[in-house]
Amino acid sequence: MEILINLLYIVSAILFIFGIKWLGNAATARRGNRLSSVGMLLAVIATLLYGGLDWKLVAAGILLGSVIGLVVALRVKMTGMPELVALFNGFGGLASLLVGAAEYHKLHHRGAEDYISSLAAQTGITVPLAFAAVAISLTILVGGITFTGSLVAWAKLSEKISGRPWVFAGRKSLGIFLLLTALAGAAILGAQPAAPWSAGLLIGLVAIALAIGIVITLPIGGGDMPVVISLLNSLSGVAAALAGFIILNNVLVVAGCLVGASGMILTIIMCKAMNRSIANVLFGGFGAAGGNQTAATGEMKANPWKTPIMCWRQRAVWSSFRAMAWPWRRHSMP
Amino acid sequence: MELAPLLLLLFAFTLALFLGFELIAKVPSQLHTPLMSGSNAISGITVVGALLALAANEPPFARWIGFAAVVLATINVVGGYAITDRMLAMFKRKEKP
Repeated sequence: MEILINLLYIVSAILFIFGIKWLGNAATARRGNRLSSVGMLLAVIATLLYGGLDWKLVAAGILLGSVIGLVVALRVKMTGMPELVALFNGFGGLASLLVGAAEYHKLHHRGAEDYISSLAAQTGITVPLAFAAVAISLTILVGGITFTGSLVAWAKLSEKISGRPWVFAGRKSLGIFLLLTALAGAAILGAQPAAPWSAGLLIGLVAIALAIGIVITLPIGGGDMPVVISLLNSLSGVAAALAGFIILNNVLVVAGCLVGASGMILTIIMCKAMNRSIANVLFGGFGAAGGNQTAATGEMKANPWKTPIMCWRQRAVWSSFRAMAWPWRRHSMP
Repeated sequence: MELAPLLLLLFAFTLALFLGFELIAKVPSQLHTPLMSGSNAISGITVVGALLALAANEPPFARWIGFAAVVLATINVVGGYAITDRMLAMFKRKEKP
């Protein structure tokens, strides 16, 4: 069974690779998306083959998630799609965070040795305890940042909160301080994974991760949100890959890493299309050019139609316009 | 401790990293959003980790956290693929006339 599961994982990784590749070409994009959805189905089926799961919860969870996802995705208006992608991305990040939390609870509840040995029994890989603890901490950190960051992006795009950049003094230092604190916390957890106070430290880590997501995205203007969502999408892939290192699952590592890397490239491409750098988008140009205050700051306002989502909306508007115009043209032809 | 299998996983990670960097290069700008949305659906692969947290012999609290993770990740996966398909269907309609 172990062999079959891993062969299915290889097939699904191949389907993801071709899915992403085909998504980048207009002629094959739709096929690529469907191909990667087949890959996902295979990965889920293969995972269920491990057996020994709480089937009631599995069925209820998949059913509930599918119904909610499908209904929301099919009902949303065309113009609401980009912010829904942000929201879905946030859910993915939160799911990775929860995977980390669940694994930590198992480790704490059953004792370190028992946890590591049962992991080895399932996967055939023995890891040092510190590795598992650091992987759990980093998954929670990246998943948490993805979650709140995506929520802010969603709220800004759907105008639940103002799309204006909320600039406050010292936001950059605050972000860096929080990030360093979180990394220090992860290092301490790696050194002392089984200490009685480690649960408290982990909860603190969750709180810091959630705060970082907010601190990073709030100062960025609504017009730059497409780039931010793309970056957060890349991060949610990284979170999934890190979760793969906790449970030592190769399809999780490979697929998560593919999304992380290709998402990063896409982010850079999108920035280039706006003639800006990632640092310029993230920090609004402050300090990007050695204190050059005449550099573009905050949100790009000059030409909102050139942002990818706007281009896409514009095209969508055009396509519906042409669909309306087509029968009229046919009737008026001499 | 036998570390070779773990290093093999790190090896796969590194290769996937470089493959991901090379995979997309010249993407037309109107495909940026669908590509983002489609790869966002793939990042819902974390559903695999969530499912494995639901092992029947695990403590109940871990299973409930796992259940929440399964629901959220499935929303990400199913919703993500559905919405990407809708976006791409709009391009199809545009190309026909």
